[in-house]
Amino acid sequence: MNKIEKVKKIIINKPLKLDCGKTISNFPLAYETYGLLNEKKDNAILAFHALTGDQFASGINPVTNKEGWWNYALGPGKAIDTNKYFVICANVIGGCMGSYGPNSINPETNEPFGTNFPVITINDMVNAQYHLLEFFKIEKLFSVVGGSMGGMQVLQFVSNFPNKSHTAIPIACTASHSAQNIALNELGRQSIMADHNWSNGFYEKDKKLPDKGLAVARMAAHITYLSKKGLQEKFGRKLQERDSLKFSFDADFQIESYLRYQGSVFVDRFDANSYLYITRAMDYFDLIKQFDGNLSKAFEKSKTKFFIISFTSDWLYPTPENREIVIALNAIGNDVGFAEITSDKGHDSFLLDVPDFLNAVKNFLNNSYNKFNEKRI
Amino acid sequence: MKKEFNIIANLVEKNSKVLDVGCGDGELMKYISQNITDNIRGLEISKNNVQKCIEKGLTVVEGNAEKDLKQFPRSSFDYVILSQTLQAFLDPENVIDELLRIGKKAIVTIPNFGYWKVRIHLLLQGTMPVTKNLPNEWYNTPNLHMCTIKDFVNFCNKKKIKINSSNLNIKNIFSELGIFLIEK
Repeated sequence: MNKIEKVKKIIINKPLKLDCGKTISNFPLAYETYGLLNEKKDNAILAFHALTGDQFASGINPVTNKEGWWNYALGPGKAIDTNKYFVICANVIGGCMGSYGPNSINPETNEPFGTNFPVITINDMVNAQYHLLEFFKIEKLFSVVGGSMGGMQVLQFVSNFPNKSHTAIPIACTASHSAQNIALNELGRQSIMADHNWSNGFYEKDKKLPDKGLAVARMAAHITYLSKKGLQEKFGRKLQERDSLKFSFDADFQIESYLRYQGSVFVDRFDANSYLYITRAMDYFDLIKQFDGNLSKAFEKSKTKFFIISFTSDWLYPTPENREIVIALNAIGNDVGFAEITSDKGHDSFLLDVPDFLNAVKNFLNNSYNKFNEKRI
Repeated sequence: MKKEFNIIANLVEKNSKVLDVGCGDGELMKYISQNITDNIRGLEISKNNVQKCIEKGLTVVEGNAEKDLKQFPRSSFDYVILSQTLQAFLDPENVIDELLRIGKKAIVTIPNFGYWKVRIHLLLQGTMPVTKNLPNEWYNTPNLHMCTIKDFVNFCNKKKIKINSSNLNIKNIFSELGIFLIEK
């Protein structure tokens, strides 16, 4: 936990009124940056992470010693080229990598907040991260970008701050969290809550963590990030280090062993209460309802140039949900491009080496950046 | 650059707002954006072509013209371009109606089935014509609704669509391509 104390943070002094009605102030927001901010301060990109991501998008995460979650897309010479752009990525509030979350100490009790932490929303996350622009004295971002929950933050950011980013790339996301996705999140939450160690969220007291519940939540979620075809091709019915079925409940199949492994490594880096809070924030996300059923209104005041990307095998945030955002933008004549990328890798495609996706992001960013510079000259 | 592109581009007014329906690899959009107006975007069904457009820095929406034009409001573009794809639609009449709803004007080009080489091919050989503009055999052509320049003119007259053809060469026998600037 000491390593987490060393991550970069800003303290946000200004009170932030949350959607739940509570106000928070003097709270930490952990962040990391990649590349250099140029003199004109026109090359800044704010990248938003997904459910279990953090500020360590690229390079080696100093807390887990593992590769950053967006290593394929973000870094020197990559699609989001940090030789060219200055990328900021913050840990969302409610998270567990140094930002204000259920792990933070409640000054009233000197214990972690646990489930006394206020319920937060995508809107709250974005409003907190907006302070990074002031901190770095950036008048206008070149781009906001993110996949999955990161994409939801992109949409909310442009809606809240219509003229604070030249471009926006929401990837594999939705403007309104579907019943299926709420159901899947609830499955994860119930799994955590069913773990005896969870103790209504106050598990830090006796240091017995709800690891089993969190691992099962991760296993269930992990299946939803892949596609049926991808799973079949990678695992099929292959057996795990054995020649025949053992007629027991051991992990006979490779897919079982793989999921158990994914669950077990996840609990080392993620907090069960954060999982509850962040999945709740996703469930509450409904930008369409925020604008009385008319998504176009969310972007009416914005001149931001959008590029929306979905993946063929993503059944969690399928193409029609992404296309709905395209339609809303076209309906008001905003500048929007859209591509559906062919991939068997499911929802996880945005995190993986999918060349068509990475090329599209790279070309969109570089061409847009060149155009803005031409116009300025 | 194709001669056709030049003619189309010359029909577009400077700094107008343009949608290229079935924009292909974006060559026409690129030409128009560099020379006429940069307020141009495309709709394209082929993933490969969508990637090519993005490489060129063009705004493109992946989609199907027969389904996805309805998302654009009435008169949201000054010009809507449909270059040599009308004959490939299931319902060309509906596509033309949609073009003239979302565009103040539409520029439509068609491979002319009344072109003399096409006529002679059918007359003398007795088989479906294969030419430079119609390179496929009958069994693998994407073209479902071939027409001649005269057919298209009759169609417009019947639907009370105004053809502004002043700078067009639309002779039914001698043109391989028909290029029309139309409005409702």
